[in-house]
Amino acid sequence: MNTLSATPGILAAFRKYLRIFRVSLTERFAYRGDFFLGTFLRFLPMLTTILLWTAVFDGAKESGREELGGYRYREMIAYLLLVHISRMFSSMPGLASGIARDIRDGSLKKYLVQPLDLIGYLISYRAAHKAAYIVTSALPYAVIFGICYRFFDHWPDAITLVAYLISLLLAFVVGFAFEACVGMIGFWLLEVSSVLYIIMTLNYFVSGHMFPIDVLGEPWATFLKLLPTQYLAYFPATVFLGKTTGLDLTHGLIIEAIWAVVLLLLARVLYRTGLRRYSAYGG
Amino acid sequence: MPIVIARDLGKNYRVAEKQPGLRGAMRHLFARKYKIVRAVDGVSFEIEPGEMVAFLGPNGAGKTTTLKMLAGLIYPSNGSCEVLGFTPSDRADAFRRRFSLIMGQKNQLWWDLPAADSFRLHREIYNLPQDQFDRTLGELTELFRVEKLAKQPVRELSLGERMRMELIAALLHRPELLLLDEPTIGLDVVGQGIIQNCLREYNATRGITMLLTSHYMRDVEALCRRVLVINHGRLVYDGALEGITDQFGRVKLLRLQFAGPAPDLSRYGTVTQAVDRAATLQIDRSKASSILSDLLSQHTVTDLSVEDPPLEDAIARIFEQSATPVEAAIAS
Repeated sequence: MNTLSATPGILAAFRKYLRIFRVSLTERFAYRGDFFLGTFLRFLPMLTTILLWTAVFDGAKESGREELGGYRYREMIAYLLLVHISRMFSSMPGLASGIARDIRDGSLKKYLVQPLDLIGYLISYRAAHKAAYIVTSALPYAVIFGICYRFFDHWPDAITLVAYLISLLLAFVVGFAFEACVGMIGFWLLEVSSVLYIIMTLNYFVSGHMFPIDVLGEPWATFLKLLPTQYLAYFPATVFLGKTTGLDLTHGLIIEAIWAVVLLLLARVLYRTGLRRYSAYGG
Repeated sequence: MPIVIARDLGKNYRVAEKQPGLRGAMRHLFARKYKIVRAVDGVSFEIEPGEMVAFLGPNGAGKTTTLKMLAGLIYPSNGSCEVLGFTPSDRADAFRRRFSLIMGQKNQLWWDLPAADSFRLHREIYNLPQDQFDRTLGELTELFRVEKLAKQPVRELSLGERMRMELIAALLHRPELLLLDEPTIGLDVVGQGIIQNCLREYNATRGITMLLTSHYMRDVEALCRRVLVINHGRLVYDGALEGITDQFGRVKLLRLQFAGPAPDLSRYGTVTQAVDRAATLQIDRSKASSILSDLLSQHTVTDLSVEDPPLEDAIARIFEQSATPVEAAIAS
């Protein structure tokens, strides 16, 4: 876009956003208390979901059913544990509301008067937060998965693991772009909190965060698998569990990558359109 | 060649007209009425390199809107402006590297990190060579006297210290033009003085062009030779600061200290203050010398000063004299 003689090109741009990444990382560690407390408390909901689904399956067993939506008890718990890993990559707390707030209170101007791109900036910032979070919660997660090893049938092979990692990295991009698009609503609506609340609550179901999408039955399961939201939680978990394999896996990854690009482009289009409106109606 | 050229620059805002009360709010949900407010209404001026110019005007006069158009944040509704040879609203990177905008009410520094981290980030954002960055930062730290503060988290700094850090951040890429919106807002007199000194010195050594808006006359008096007075979106005065007093100030202020209790002075003019032996008297400028000699011959005056009334008074008079806002109601 901005190919000026003063800009030594992509390398410089990369350095710029790498620096943002580093400063964001530094900032992340500045809130030590919140950081460790947040990391620790995030594991509590896991326990409650496991207890809930244990009760559900106990009830199902009494009526003679061993499976729910194609998931046996152990698979279900394994799935719910894995969803946390998916969300560790794809969740973007405060991203949409932060963009809307910047638009509303005028902080957006820093991206307009400085040679700095909002989307590039925010994605670097989020990547830093995620990196910090993932590194520091690796140990507690390892402990939890160690305790819960009996819920997993087998350790996936190397190719599945690589595919899983790719699906998680793409989940980060899809999650980022999805929330960025939602945040851009702030250009058109002054107060976005209720819209955000609805979208985020729906997302909890349709992404498969609460339970596997298959549990809903047809035609819902097929429909929800057409949406990009399934890549935020459901898809990576099924890859690890070995429920998505072969051609399905390849297709899934390709479609996830396409969604990542499409949503990023959409965020950019919304940003541009929104900026034109913002500049016309006042800042 | 002027660094800033504004030609017949104007900005209309569309604001929703809301009726008060619940019924009004309900009606507003379905049938909105808008009106057009001319925030800036055909303003023309030029600013030469190295000038320090102040924008004066009451709240809502259009100062900040003008500044935002010059910075490229908002598009003009009519007229045009050219800043550093660019059209600001194109937001070309080459343009954005050559100016800075500071808004006193907003902070750009990372709240929980030392300012030094924010500075380093600026180096990357503006792609500054390391040696140039080090040199500029050294000079600015010395000029703004903040050597010991760069390593403290920004949230622990006082407002005045933080503002100096904001200025450093804004000057790191050596902009040619600095747009300042209320740079000393909320600061005490000492804090204001420090910022003023820094800006003045920076202007003297670097020849940077500055355009500032402020509510504090002290800022304007300390920094700017030239003022643009804007009211209801129109430029009502463009010239030297002293010119305002000559043109609009018709009175002088006498501060008197008597040997005994202050006598009744109301026949000379308006007594604005009379406490014990001291009195302040506002008199017609043309009669100043005759009143003075009269006073001195009839009373024992121990101390005396003749002053121009505060500049605020003269400015207030300009505001009163200029036109009322232009509004056009439309329904949509």
